[in-house]
Amino acid sequence: MTSAALRSGAWKLLEMITTPLLPSDYLDLVSPLRAGADLRGRIEAVHPETGDAATIVIRPGRGWRGHTAGQYVRIGVDVDGRRLWRAYSITSPTNRQDGRVTITVKAIPDGKVSNHLVHRAKPGTLVQLDQPTGDFVLPKAQPAKVLYLTAGSGITPVMGMLRDVEFDDVVMVHCAPQPQDVIFRNELHDLVADEKLRLTEVHTDTDGVLDIARLDELVPDWADRETWACGPAGLLDAAEEFWSEHGVEERLHTERFRPSIVVAGDGGEVTFSATGKTVDADGATPLLDVGEEAGVLMPSGCRMGICFGCVTPLRAGAVRDLRTGEITEAEPGVLIQTCVSAAAGTCDIER
Amino acid sequence: MTAIDPTAHLTAEQIEELGRELDAIRDEVIASRGEKDAAYIRKVISAQRTLELVSRGVLLFSFFPPAWLIGTAGLSVAKIMDNMEIGHNVLHGQWDWMRDPKIHSTTWEWDHVSPSDQWRHSHNELHHTYTNVIGKDNDLGYGIMRVDEDQKWHPFHLGQPLWNFINACFFEYGIAAYDLELGKNLHKQRRKNPEFRARAKAVGRKIRKQVLKDYVIHPLLSGPSFLTTLAATFTANLVRNIWSHSVIMCGHFPEGVQVFERRSIKGETRGQWYLRQMMGSANISGSRAMHFMTGNLSHQIEHHLFPDLPSNRYAEVAVRVRALFEKYELEYVTGPLPKQVFSAWHKVFRLSLPNKKPKVDAPDREQELVAA
Repeated sequence: MTSAALRSGAWKLLEMITTPLLPSDYLDLVSPLRAGADLRGRIEAVHPETGDAATIVIRPGRGWRGHTAGQYVRIGVDVDGRRLWRAYSITSPTNRQDGRVTITVKAIPDGKVSNHLVHRAKPGTLVQLDQPTGDFVLPKAQPAKVLYLTAGSGITPVMGMLRDVEFDDVVMVHCAPQPQDVIFRNELHDLVADEKLRLTEVHTDTDGVLDIARLDELVPDWADRETWACGPAGLLDAAEEFWSEHGVEERLHTERFRPSIVVAGDGGEVTFSATGKTVDADGATPLLDVGEEAGVLMPSGCRMGICFGCVTPLRAGAVRDLRTGEITEAEPGVLIQTCVSAAAGTCDIER
Repeated sequence: MTAIDPTAHLTAEQIEELGRELDAIRDEVIASRGEKDAAYIRKVISAQRTLELVSRGVLLFSFFPPAWLIGTAGLSVAKIMDNMEIGHNVLHGQWDWMRDPKIHSTTWEWDHVSPSDQWRHSHNELHHTYTNVIGKDNDLGYGIMRVDEDQKWHPFHLGQPLWNFINACFFEYGIAAYDLELGKNLHKQRRKNPEFRARAKAVGRKIRKQVLKDYVIHPLLSGPSFLTTLAATFTANLVRNIWSHSVIMCGHFPEGVQVFERRSIKGETRGQWYLRQMMGSANISGSRAMHFMTGNLSHQIEHHLFPDLPSNRYAEVAVRVRALFEKYELEYVTGPLPKQVFSAWHKVFRLSLPNKKPKVDAPDREQELVAA
């Protein structure tokens, strides 16, 4: 008998002993971060950054595969006993020696998870993790000149990049209401002092919202630079338009934290056939929220339509994509993203 | 069934008002569910797993009598915790709001020969919807006993004290057979129904796994303690079965609990549904440890009113529910475990014989209820 066969035999025996539970249910009691466990992390520290932002230091489980600068991680946090999943950019460099990673979270008004993480998270708490993902990353071939255009918490993926790779010529334009709202301000100014970064802060409370055309004056050679932009939809929409007007859209890389919702449909009666629940839904609420409210165990992911962690078969009826207004009708094999789809009439979701 | 309807004094408006007051209690608890509740169930689950692990560890040396005693006691308690405070309540969806896929009614499996999805159907859907309705709620005597004067007597019922005792000893198998509706499905024409066969197969698989674990693998691991461990797991299953059977008998069989006729639930309002749950269930009084070991089914009345509220909240709900019983002048059936068990058994013996005198002039209370 080979050792692999022996191991799998021993595991089968363990399963027979622990049935109806699994051996992992017992191992989780003592070692929730071990290799082979569901991916989790333990919060080890919470460092305040600004009045409403904090960096969370997490020790990921042994199964963590590591990230590329600029990527985000989905994290499942128990808030008031209820597990909620959100995506946050990783702000630690990829070569951090102690095996920990950090995310930096800005508390947004009414944000359940962000407020919990910034104000109430305690070291020692376990959180659920997914492997890091996202294509808002630096290319393998280093560009000669770089521009980072960010606003608010949009600075977080860029901070991951700044800490990870040094470029010869880096300019950053960052918008925040006031100087004290600038996350990582000290570290940015240290980089400026070391001449590793040129930084323009736009304080929107006094200067107003950044007019994208001002880039000509702030960064005259912006069109020659490989640009990574992250922030609210307004800024990114303006940037995309500006870059394409000048015919250099291939130099602009953007990361959106929220979907821009275009259309609200008519809603309808939604049946979750596996659970046997039927509820009324309006045409603006994502089916993911509708299902969760109804107590259906819905798979979920980024909640912004990019990770496909929530895809679910649509058995009958039609749904509308909240971002594009596109209608998807049920057909065998049709999966929908419940986080960005709303009922467009009566529909049946296989959950 | 008592000849006199104990709810006859309530007007239709009062019954609906009662329903609204109960809804308000439910809403308050739902709005206040949170971190403490989640921590509670996680702690109970960890404690159960630790206790089971340690007890089975101790039983590896069960040839040594003190080890046998400690291990058997621990395993019995662990199995009771698994079935009562954890399994029953998780499978009710009491903890689904946490959105933790590991503690969710759709993913949970318990230490019991009835697969959890089959039990959920017969228990959550049938028993909790049609509580104590003759002909609809099979929990009324589990189809093998007569537990109300209004159920038709048959000579078969003469043996019901014995059936009940056997059922208590092998309760989990009784439940599995009951979830399969074995009595009905073993008829020739039904036996081949593919849906039934699939379910029977699932039960077979579950029984095989449970038996293999308790009666083969665990004793084998004990080596020289093979026989004593076998006896220990058998005893632990027996203790769990008799205990859960007793607790569950106390929920609906003691004297004072009402049963209902099929036609009485036609067009039932929310208020009337609540009232039926109140009159159709009985509690067990006792210490916190007693409530815990019954999986809070000692708060059967509260559980039947609000089957999906977290079990750790029934104690506080009970105070308010009891006040409503007093306000509406209804009888809150409760008592210590020995008294309720005796009362239920007494009924099983009494109703094994035909009714003493034929009911003739008894007023039809169900009509009164509807008329009220």
